[in-house]
Amino acid sequence: MFKQAAWLGWEMDSNWTEPGLFLIYSIIKPVAGAFILVLMSFVALFIGTGNPDLGKSAMFAYLFVGNAFFIYVASVLFGCFQVIQSDREWYQTIRYVYMSPINFYTYIVGRAASKVLLATIATAVTLAFGVFALHIDLSMSLWDIPLFLAVMVIGLLCVVAIGLCLAGLSFLTAKHTHGLAEGIPGMFYLFCGVIFPLSVLPGWGQSVGRALPITYWLEAIRRLILPSSQIAQVTTGLEQRDLAGIIALLLISTAFFFLLSILLFRMTEYLARKAGIIDMTTNY
Amino acid sequence: MTYATETRDLTRIFKRKPKRHLLKRKSAKKNEKENGGPVTALDHVNLTIKEGELFGLLGPNGAGKTTLIKVLCTLLLPTSGSAYVAGFDVSKEVNQIRRKINMVSGGETSGYGLLTTRENIWMFSQFYGIPSKVAKERIDELMHTFGLYDKKNVKVRTLSTGERQKMNMIRGFVTDPEILFLDEPTLGLDVNASRTIREYIMNWVRKREHKTVLLTTHYMMEAEMMCDRVAIIDRGRILALDTPANLKRMIRKESTVQLEVDTLKSTAPIGGIKGIGNFSSKDDIAHGTTNLTIIVEDESAISDIMSAITAQGSRIRSMRKTDPTLEDVFISMVGKGLEE
Repeated sequence: MFKQAAWLGWEMDSNWTEPGLFLIYSIIKPVAGAFILVLMSFVALFIGTGNPDLGKSAMFAYLFVGNAFFIYVASVLFGCFQVIQSDREWYQTIRYVYMSPINFYTYIVGRAASKVLLATIATAVTLAFGVFALHIDLSMSLWDIPLFLAVMVIGLLCVVAIGLCLAGLSFLTAKHTHGLAEGIPGMFYLFCGVIFPLSVLPGWGQSVGRALPITYWLEAIRRLILPSSQIAQVTTGLEQRDLAGIIALLLISTAFFFLLSILLFRMTEYLARKAGIIDMTTNY
Repeated sequence: MTYATETRDLTRIFKRKPKRHLLKRKSAKKNEKENGGPVTALDHVNLTIKEGELFGLLGPNGAGKTTLIKVLCTLLLPTSGSAYVAGFDVSKEVNQIRRKINMVSGGETSGYGLLTTRENIWMFSQFYGIPSKVAKERIDELMHTFGLYDKKNVKVRTLSTGERQKMNMIRGFVTDPEILFLDEPTLGLDVNASRTIREYIMNWVRKREHKTVLLTTHYMMEAEMMCDRVAIIDRGRILALDTPANLKRMIRKESTVQLEVDTLKSTAPIGGIKGIGNFSSKDDIAHGTTNLTIIVEDESAISDIMSAITAQGSRIRSMRKTDPTLEDVFISMVGKGLEE
């Protein structure tokens, strides 16, 4: 089931143009995204220090890595979120998929899997651009690779779980789907230490950030792939916790969101069946 | 005995969402009044369909046909009452039901446009756990039958509406379900395609054991020709249920008179004539005529009908008395034709 859903997701994400053009698009898109960040940072550094050497700036490395890995968050959340909407409104297949003997929850995870693959390519391209063009110093010992992979898997599970919570909500609404699909990742972008460390947020903002697992995921990744000397220069707001503590918090919050996603999904699915809106088309 | 499907006092009510006014706040009661209040799509429906039956559900738009199919297909929960498919409760035993059923709706253009026709059908077959090789063989066979084989590697987005509908029919049959729900399967199809589909459905039920079809249709001829039994549904209620022959026998004492007259200003005077059961009328703007089908209980009423028509200055172009059809049964019960 997962396999077929993943295949369908991949076909939809990759099959809209010629393979060569798709390859070019997959490389250019993340690089273009990184350029916006580069320009903003260049200006900020020039105004602040008069020396816009991005490669030597610990803060730039911090935000560049956060931004690169945030591609997963935006992409997978949108991937989960738009499954119901697109099957309902564009392809009008949701009633046939929903009434087939599959687990719809697994189907959405499968459809989102292609987004993970595409986000992996985009993140790798962005990081490569950072290392080779902007001279960002990434370093990871061989011993840390298994831990990095484990953190990636936990983090992605967590992002998928949050995506499924949002997918559940899209069972009940058509009107607000796009607003939520853009707004929720936007909230994570602001509060999870992607480009602003928690320390620069107001107290309540820091509390929000500390309640969200993506904060710990990005922090763990940074500590694993950036030199510790650079990490030490940035006041992240999470300095008091060691890497093990950060990963433990990531695990706990992931487990919480995973359970929440199952409960919320079941509840919203029941409510949608009750209201008769599983296969509604609204043309929103 | 386990029925293919069974409903007991099945009721489904849709609540209408109140309109939101930016500036004016209206009371809930006023809002409900303006929106027409809740809609009862199914009203205490008791219906049993036997295994191996090709069962027809006949009714006008908004009669509750699609709602009933949606409940039986586990897409919609009943408001009250119960429904069973293959002996399983639609509210609680969803997974058991889904393995045994499939559904095709006519007149829609569903499908993943970026996949080819064959890929689209194959993907759905995989959702039902059919071995890939078996599925591919079945798909090819069905594509030949429905005349879609030359489009097998064509992307769905390029198919015509009729071709998409054929593809969806194949999607319904490829999983070889025990119970197949067909919601107006020939809607919008050309004559040849409709005939192919009707023949395939009839053969599918007759030549295989334990296959059941619930077919909803607008077309009387389709129901009469294909179905073992037919239920007439209107405003969520089952008005009659029997074989097409028995349904027609119900109004045999009455006669059906069909009239073609110059366009009538009003059909109200005809409704008031004593000795008339029910009648339907349809204006033909192109020819400037009104076609009337009148169920006559007492033939002496015919002269009153003619007087009522000529009194409006309308000329009678033709008149004929016919044997009752399923459409006449429908008019006799519902008080209007299916296409009104």
